[in-house]
Amino acid sequence: MTVSTTETLAIRSGDDVVRVRQRVRALAVDIGLGLVDQTKIITAASELARNTLDYGGGGEVRAEIVLAGTRRGLRLTFEDRGPGIADIEQAMTDHYTSGRGLGLGLGGAKRLSNEFHIESTPGVGTRVMIARWK
Amino acid sequence: MRVDGAEVLERTLTEDEAAILEAWNISLREGTSLQSGRIREAELQTQAKIVFGQLQGALASGGIDADAEHYAALRETLADISRSRAIQGFSPTDTANFIFALKEPIFEALRRKSAVDATKLAAGVWAAGKVLDRLGLHTMEVFLASREDVIGRQGQEIAELSTPVVRLWDGILALPLIGTLDSARTGVVMENLLQAIVDEEAEIAIIDITGVPTVDTLVAQHLLKTVAAARLMGADCIVSGIRPQIAQTMVHLGVELNVVSKATLADAFALALKRTGRKVVRQQATATEERR
Ligand SMILES: Nc1ncnc2c1ncn2[C@@H]1O[C@H](COP(=O)(O)OP(=O)(O)OP(=O)(O)O)[C@@H](O)[C@H]1O
Ligand SMILES: [Mg+2]
Repeated sequence: MTVSTTETLAIRSGDDVVRVRQRVRALAVDIGLGLVDQTKIITAASELARNTLDYGGGGEVRAEIVLAGTRRGLRLTFEDRGPGIADIEQAMTDHYTSGRGLGLGLGGAKRLSNEFHIESTPGVGTRVMIARWK
Repeated sequence: MRVDGAEVLERTLTEDEAAILEAWNISLREGTSLQSGRIREAELQTQAKIVFGQLQGALASGGIDADAEHYAALRETLADISRSRAIQGFSPTDTANFIFALKEPIFEALRRKSAVDATKLAAGVWAAGKVLDRLGLHTMEVFLASREDVIGRQGQEIAELSTPVVRLWDGILALPLIGTLDSARTGVVMENLLQAIVDEEAEIAIIDITGVPTVDTLVAQHLLKTVAAARLMGADCIVSGIRPQIAQTMVHLGVELNVVSKATLADAFALALKRTGRKVVRQQATATEERR
């Protein structure tokens, strides 16, 4: 598997979340994702970007176009140096929120993606990777 | 012997005031500010005269540190000028050139005065360059801050303008949402809708999301809150314009709006008419029926 392009976007404000969505849309179009798949990855990215901002205290996302054989995919890695998540299973549970959200963002992002990987260390930060393949 | 550049500069500005001001005015007249028609020559000249006077005053009270206290009045004048330039739509270059156009006339005057003394000339030019550069940067800082203010205000205006509540019929309102639904805008949307429901004694409010590009959990939550608040005010909501790809995404997210939804605003309107005991009929059809 090879990475053909990489770019990093900062997530520091609500406007940045909008920018992340716009950039993900452009990349999803680039690799030829259909309208439904575009919408899925954009929505998942929106969830993770907002978590990075709201709970992680800001961070960044690395967007990569990856090639595996003849398949192309979009891989997004969100990273922050916030408080981290002590109980990942609980955080992934639908309707669980420590704030005032619906508690559907993490589970939703997983269901909207082909690949989902989360790692978090309390006091260090959180990293969430998602990918959507054409 | 050390030569005090500030002193050389101050003396030149006093002794050569008329010539410098005239050369500055000519340079300003040739600049693009006037040609754009955004400002009158007399206004530009008045501003130049005031700034020049304050610069003389500041130099006289000591030093070329434009950030110092005795430059406060001059900085304030320049800030006012920059702010009005920003509002009038001047380019950054035009705005900065107001001050930078003063350099050449001053350099010229210094050269005339200290033709025989290279040390004095160098000291004077250095002092003039330092103070004018700092003042030029100050005008730019204020200019940019003002532009940001203008843009911020426009953003707020757009937020209000872009969320109109439309009265479709007696008791039937529509709220066509367009663009990104961030929290700031949603507050405005909700307030407008609830006020309109009260004003119009509306029974049904149609929220159309055809123009909303992404429905994530935050947008969904905003919609849920709006629907709940409308209900408390006595109006039922219909959500229209959920495109197929959005509907699928919402299913994966796991959000349920628990509200009647229709594909298009037209369908939602038809349902609203029916619910309020009305019917739309084609006039021709009635005419044919009568002929029979
Ligand atoms: N980057 C992060 N850093 C720390 N905690 C996080 C992070 N992302 C998620 N969490 C925790 O996981 C919980 C669940 O996240 P999830 O996105 O599923 O729901 P939510 O953000 O609370 O609400 P919603 O996304 O539905 O609006 C959050 O309430 C928060 O406690
Ligand atoms: Mg979330």
